[in-house]
Amino acid sequence: MRRRMKLLAYPYSAWMMIFIIFPLLLVLLYSLTSGDIHDFSSLQFSLQSYKRVAEPIFLKVIGNSFALAIISTIFCFIIGYPVAMIIARANPRHRGKLLMFIIVPMWMNFLLRTYAWMAILSPNGVLNRFLNVIGLQPLEIMPGEIAVLLGMVYNFLPFMILPIYTVLVKIDRNLLEAAGDLGANKVMTFFRVEFPLSIPGVVSGITMVFMPAVSTFVISGLLGGGKTPLIGDLIEQQFMSDRNWHFGSSLSIILMIMILISMAVMSRMDRNDEKERKPV
Amino acid sequence: MKKAAKRIYMGLVFLFLYAPIILLIVYSFNSSKSRGQWGGFTLKWYAELLQDRQIKEALYFTIIIAVLATIISTIFGTLAAIGIHNMKRFPRSLSLNINNLPVLNPDIVTGVALMTLFISVNIQLGFVSMLIAHIVFCTPYVILAVLPKLRQLNRHIAEAAMDLGAKPSYALRKVIIPQITPGIISGALIAFTLSIDDFVISFFTAGTQVTNLSILIYSMAKRGVKPSINALSTIMFLTVLVLLLLINKKSDKGEELLL
Repeated sequence: MRRRMKLLAYPYSAWMMIFIIFPLLLVLLYSLTSGDIHDFSSLQFSLQSYKRVAEPIFLKVIGNSFALAIISTIFCFIIGYPVAMIIARANPRHRGKLLMFIIVPMWMNFLLRTYAWMAILSPNGVLNRFLNVIGLQPLEIMPGEIAVLLGMVYNFLPFMILPIYTVLVKIDRNLLEAAGDLGANKVMTFFRVEFPLSIPGVVSGITMVFMPAVSTFVISGLLGGGKTPLIGDLIEQQFMSDRNWHFGSSLSIILMIMILISMAVMSRMDRNDEKERKPV
Repeated sequence: MKKAAKRIYMGLVFLFLYAPIILLIVYSFNSSKSRGQWGGFTLKWYAELLQDRQIKEALYFTIIIAVLATIISTIFGTLAAIGIHNMKRFPRSLSLNINNLPVLNPDIVTGVALMTLFISVNIQLGFVSMLIAHIVFCTPYVILAVLPKLRQLNRHIAEAAMDLGAKPSYALRKVIIPQITPGIISGALIAFTLSIDDFVISFFTAGTQVTNLSILIYSMAKRGVKPSINALSTIMFLTVLVLLLLINKKSDKGEELLL
């Protein structure tokens, strides 16, 4: 029975080889070669494109992408954690509704959500009209980094709230009461009991915000106006307009490796935390 | 006092989340083309939207790709999940790790990798390549949704069915599939929403002939703000809202379903 059921996975195994493994190997191949991309025999091993990544302008772009992604993740955490906590502690009858209101914007097309911020922040947009009416100087936020940051926080905030909520709502309230009975005040209970227990949710929230933020090219393209390109913009340019697949591939490989490393670090933190907790 | 602070905080967060959307809706009824000014109520952007051939075509492709990708990846993913579940330990964890790649990789990497593949083997970018790409990134989520249900399954029930004379394919259809149906349904829902909302992977694999709504919005927004996008946003937002309210009403488990 088991042996025969196993056969059901074989078509998908072949599919994964062709459409998951092979494309990534191709990207790896292009990143390590130079020559005409349409003619495999002309490809030659070369580290040229990786060298190009190490040029100061491009290193700056990569650094910028990470900085913006980290800052937006921090903002999402600071804004999102209290929201998750308030919903988790709300009357169970209202919880579903509150949660739904967090989710609804997420279901709206990602491009439209970003476009909405274009309408608000653009030089003659709603914000500046409003500032004009109350007699203040117009702000030049868009195009620029602050607009990109706002766009990131807006788009990814629900991804931070939901996983934290899911963990918080499952925490046994008795544990918190016990901490209180043992003399901990509310602040201590939070930092010593509730927050440590919610770390798995925080970790998945951070990955769910950081990952799309660091690799985006939509938000920076629409709200940043090309002023502060991110690594995603660079990759998009190489494949869509500059047609330099070798350089684009090296950038993709580097992005992939950096994300895999940061995810490994995050899951390590999660596991360490569990280890520390277990003996107690 | 504390309660009030909580209310104010939640109010501000909801304001942040909804103000842009409400603004788009308001401006979709604004007859003045400039965003800062209110020129009176109008429905002309909606009329323009209905006549826009590009938008209609993009909508058609978005929906047909989402439906096809959902059907194919749900069937494909369910069968694959049953197969993977019955594998030995090592091949199973290997398959799962590969299956996780499109989930963990940034969309842009999956997108350019698939684009590289299609162009290298001379597959014309268009409807077929986009459909394949959508199946590639939807199927892993179906598998991830179905596998937990398979783990909860009592192995002996299927064996009992076969001891009683059922052929394996009959046991699969009559015993296993019905028990994992919730997983299959949530997998299909995830696949559908991912496909209908996808921009990045479609952007790299659709080529110039085929456009879905996301790609169209992106190119329109890049060229500048167009009032008919506001009308489109309003319609899409209301559709989502109505759908969510219906789902929430229909099932007591609305909360679980949404997550």
